[in-house]
Amino acid sequence: MIRFQNVTKRFGTFTAIDNLSLDIFEREFFALLGPSGCGKTTMMRMLGGFESPTEGRIELSGKDIVGVPPNKRAVNMMFQSYALFPHLSVWDNIAFGLRRDGRPKADVEARVAEMLKLTRLEKFARRKPHQISGGQRQRVALARSLAKAPKLLLLDEPLGALDKKLRQDTQFELMDIQEKTGTTFVIVTHDQEEAMTVASRVAVMDEGKLIQVATPDRIYESPENVYVADFIGDVNIIEGRATPEAGGEDDTYRIDWAEGETPLQATSATRFDPGQTCYLAIRPEKVTISAERPEGALNAVQGKVLDIAYLGNISTYHVELTSGTVIKAQTANTRRISRRSFTWEDPVWLSWTVTGGVLLAG
Amino acid sequence: MNRLSWFNTVSLTLGFAFLYIPMLILVIYSFNASKLVTVWAGFSTRWYGELLHNEAFLDAAWVTLKVAVFSSSIATVLGTMAAYVLVRGNRFLGRTLFSGMIYAPLVMPEVITGLSLLLLFIGIGLDRGVLTIVLAHTTFSMCYVSVVVSSRLVTFDRSLEEAALDLGCSPAQAFRLVTLPIIAPAVISGWLLAFTLSLDDLVIASFTAGPSSTTLPIKIFSAVRLGVSPEINALSTVMIAIVAVGVIAASLVSKRSLVRQQKDEQEAARAQ
Amino acid sequence: MRRLLLIAVPYLWLLALFLVPFIIVLKISLSDIALAIPPYTPTLDFAAGWAGIKAFFAGLDFENFIWLTEDDLYWKAYLSSLTIALISTVLTLMIGYPIAYGMARAPGEWRPTLMMLIILPFWTSFLIRVYSWMGILSQEGFLNQFLLWTGIINEPLIILNTKIAVYIGIVYTYLPFMILPIYAALDRLDESLIEAAEDLGCSRLSAFWLITVPLSKNGIAAGCFLVFIPALGEFVIPSLLGGSGTLMIGKVLWEEFFSNRDWPVASAVAIVLLLLLVIPIVLFQRNQQKQAEAEQ
Repeated sequence: MIRFQNVTKRFGTFTAIDNLSLDIFEREFFALLGPSGCGKTTMMRMLGGFESPTEGRIELSGKDIVGVPPNKRAVNMMFQSYALFPHLSVWDNIAFGLRRDGRPKADVEARVAEMLKLTRLEKFARRKPHQISGGQRQRVALARSLAKAPKLLLLDEPLGALDKKLRQDTQFELMDIQEKTGTTFVIVTHDQEEAMTVASRVAVMDEGKLIQVATPDRIYESPENVYVADFIGDVNIIEGRATPEAGGEDDTYRIDWAEGETPLQATSATRFDPGQTCYLAIRPEKVTISAERPEGALNAVQGKVLDIAYLGNISTYHVELTSGTVIKAQTANTRRISRRSFTWEDPVWLSWTVTGGVLLAG
Repeated sequence: MNRLSWFNTVSLTLGFAFLYIPMLILVIYSFNASKLVTVWAGFSTRWYGELLHNEAFLDAAWVTLKVAVFSSSIATVLGTMAAYVLVRGNRFLGRTLFSGMIYAPLVMPEVITGLSLLLLFIGIGLDRGVLTIVLAHTTFSMCYVSVVVSSRLVTFDRSLEEAALDLGCSPAQAFRLVTLPIIAPAVISGWLLAFTLSLDDLVIASFTAGPSSTTLPIKIFSAVRLGVSPEINALSTVMIAIVAVGVIAASLVSKRSLVRQQKDEQEAARAQ
Repeated sequence: MRRLLLIAVPYLWLLALFLVPFIIVLKISLSDIALAIPPYTPTLDFAAGWAGIKAFFAGLDFENFIWLTEDDLYWKAYLSSLTIALISTVLTLMIGYPIAYGMARAPGEWRPTLMMLIILPFWTSFLIRVYSWMGILSQEGFLNQFLLWTGIINEPLIILNTKIAVYIGIVYTYLPFMILPIYAALDRLDESLIEAAEDLGCSRLSAFWLITVPLSKNGIAAGCFLVFIPALGEFVIPSLLGGSGTLMIGKVLWEEFFSNRDWPVASAVAIVLLLLLVIPIVLFQRNQQKQAEAEQ
C-alpha cells in the first residue's frame, strides 16, 4: 500500500534518510524503531506531508504523493505532544477534521459519537483538553486522527508521555482499535518493547538506513546483525573465528573465541569461510546456569558469579569466565529468594545448546 | 515561603511609597477647592466641572482616542504579521534588515523617530493631521506588538498547526481556527500596549500633529509648562483612575482564569 | 502568494515609515540651511537626470557636524546627557535592586500583587507621572512644606529646575524597567544556592555578594540598559523638571527644530545622538543574546 522508492532526505549537509526503499502493506501495524536521530520521525513526517524527500518516490495506493500538501492526503497523524487544540472541547477536537470536509451536521455528530464510544470518552465530550488526564488526552488524540477514517494512521511516539502501567494497557487498546477499524497503522517509537508488543512488523533503523525489517519474533530470535541483536533486548556477544565443523552437519561451525577455552559450537544458515570473524549472540534466558558441568552439553564454560540482579520474576547472573569475559544468564525465580542456589563468588557452569545462539557476521 | 525580613519590608514599603505617593498627592489635590495647588482649601469637585466644559481638552481627548484606536488596531494587524514572519518565516531576502527594523524603533529616541517622520511627511507633501499621527504611532507601536506576539509564538507548539493541516485545513484556515484563538491573549495585550503607547505619546505626536489635530498629551504638555494647575490635576486623576480600573480588572480576570485552570488540572489529575 | 503578502505588507510599511525617513534625516543633516520651503538645500531633482543627482551629492557636506563640534552648546549637551543618564541609571539600580530583592523574597501569594503594583505606573501616562513631581519639588511644593514643618530645614530647597529634579524624574519614571528584569533574575534563583553558600561558611552578606549578585548579573545589565538608553534621548523630563539650566540632547534637538527651525543642524544632532546610542545598544543586544544562549 505504501512504497518508499530510493528515498533520500537531506537537511543541509545532514542526510536524515539515505536511499531507503520500503513497502508497507494494507491493514498492517508497522513499527519504525530506532534510537533518536535515526530518521524514523523524518520518515513519518514525509508520509504525513510535512517534509518532502530530496530524492525518490513515495507511493500511497500506487499514486506518487510527493508534493501533495498534508491537508489533501488521506493520511492522518497522531502527534507526540497530542497537539490537542486547547481552546476546543474534546467533542470539537474530534469533529475538527470532519467539519473541514464540509460533511452534513448529522454525519459529523454520528461519527464523533462513534469515535467517543470507540475510545470510551463519552463522559468527557464537553471537557477541554486541560480538564482531562494524560491517558484520556492520548485517547482524544487517537479519536481525532481516526475520525476521518484515514487509509493510513501515523503515530509518533504515541505513548511516550504516559507512565509505564498506563502505557502497557494502552498498547493493547491500540492493537484492539487497529483490528476493529482495519486501518493501516505506522508507529514511530524508540521503545523496543512497545514496538515488539504492538506491531505486526518492525523496521529497525539506524542513521537513515533500514537495518532489518521483519516480524517481532524474527527480529528477536534471528537478528541479521549485531546491531539489531544488541538493540533489541539483552544479549551476550562473543567474538570469535568460525570454522565449518568437519564430520558434523553442514551448517555447524566451531568457534574459537579465547585462548585456553574450549571452542563453542553453533549452527548457522548463512555460510562462513574457515577462519572468518564471527559474533555469537546468545540471549541470557537461553543460558543455563548450574553447579556441575551438565552432561552432554556441547557448549559449556566455567566461571564465578560476579553480580546478581534480582528483578522479581527473574534474576540475571553476571558470570565472569576465567578469560575475563562476562556472560549474563537469566533464570526464572520459581523458588523463594532465600532458597537461591547460587550466590556471589560461587563457581558455576554456563551452558547452552547448539541452536541457542545466533552466529552473525557483523 | 519564609516571612519577610525587616530589611525587605523596609525596602518594599519605601519603594512603593516612592512610586505611589506622587500620584496620590496629585489625586488628593485634584479635589482641592483652591486655585493654588499646594494649599489645601477644602474638598471640591469644581475642577472636574470645569474640565467638562473645557472644549479644547475635550476635543484633544477625542482626537487622541481616535488616533489610539486606529493606530493600535492597524499596529496589531501589522505587528502580528511581522511576528509571524519573524518566528515562522524561513529565510528570505532582507530578513536581517526586517528584524532590524522591528527592533530598532524600540530603542530609537522618540525625538529622532518624530523628527524623521515629520521630514518624510513634509518631503512627500502630506498635510499633518490625524492621518500623520496615526501613521507615526502605528509604525512604532507595531514593533512593540510584534515583540509581544512573537514571544508567545516562540513557545507555541508547532504541531498544533500541523495537526490542523493534517485534519484538512488550508494554511489560512489553520491560522484562523487554531493559531489565532490560542495566541489571542498575546494579541490583545499587544493591542492594549499599542493603545496606551499611543494615548501616552507626546514627542512623536508633537512632531507629526498639525494645528487642527492636537492630542491630549500635547495639550497637557503646553499647559503644564506654565506650571501646576488644578485642572490638569483633575484630568490626570481621571486618566489614572481609568488605567487603574482597567489594569486591576484585567489582572483579576487573568487571575481567576488561572485559578480555574489550576483547579481543573487538579481535578483531572485526581480523576485519572 | 499569500506568504509573500504576509511578508511584504509589514516590510514595506517599515521601509516607508522607518528606513526612508531615517535616510532623509541623514541626507538633511548633510545639507545646508536655506530660507525656503523646505528650508534646506540641495534638494534632489530627479527631473535633471544624472547631472541633478551629481549636483545633489556635490551639495552635501559635513558642515553641520563641524558646526556641532565648534559650538560649545552641543558638546556640553552631549556630555551632560551622558552624565545625567549614567548617574540616574546608577541611582535607579540602587533603589530598584532592594525592591526587586524584596519582591523575590516575598511570600508567593503576594508576588502577583506586588508585580501588578510595579507594572501599574507603567500603564499610567508618562507625562502625568513627570508632572506629579512638579507640584512636589517646587519651592512651595509638598517636599519643602514637609521638610520645613519637620524642622529639618529653615529655608526652602531649590530642587525644581535643577539636575537633581531630572535625576528624581528619571529614577521615578524608569524604576519599573529596572525592577522587572532584576526581579525576573532573582525569582529564578534557587534558594538552596544561598543555603549551600551559608552551609559552606559564608555569612549572609557575603552569600549575597558572592552568589545572589553574580547570578542576577544579567537582570542588572538588562535593567541598566533599559534605563540608560531611553534616558539618554529623554525630552519630557528635562523640559518639565530640569528648567533652562539643564542641557540634554533631546531638548536641544527639539529647540533646534521648533524654535530655531534649523532642520539640517537638528538632523545632525539626531545623527550624533544615534551614534552615541549605538555602543550601549550593541552591548545590550550581546547581553540579551548571551542570556538567551545560557538559557538553552
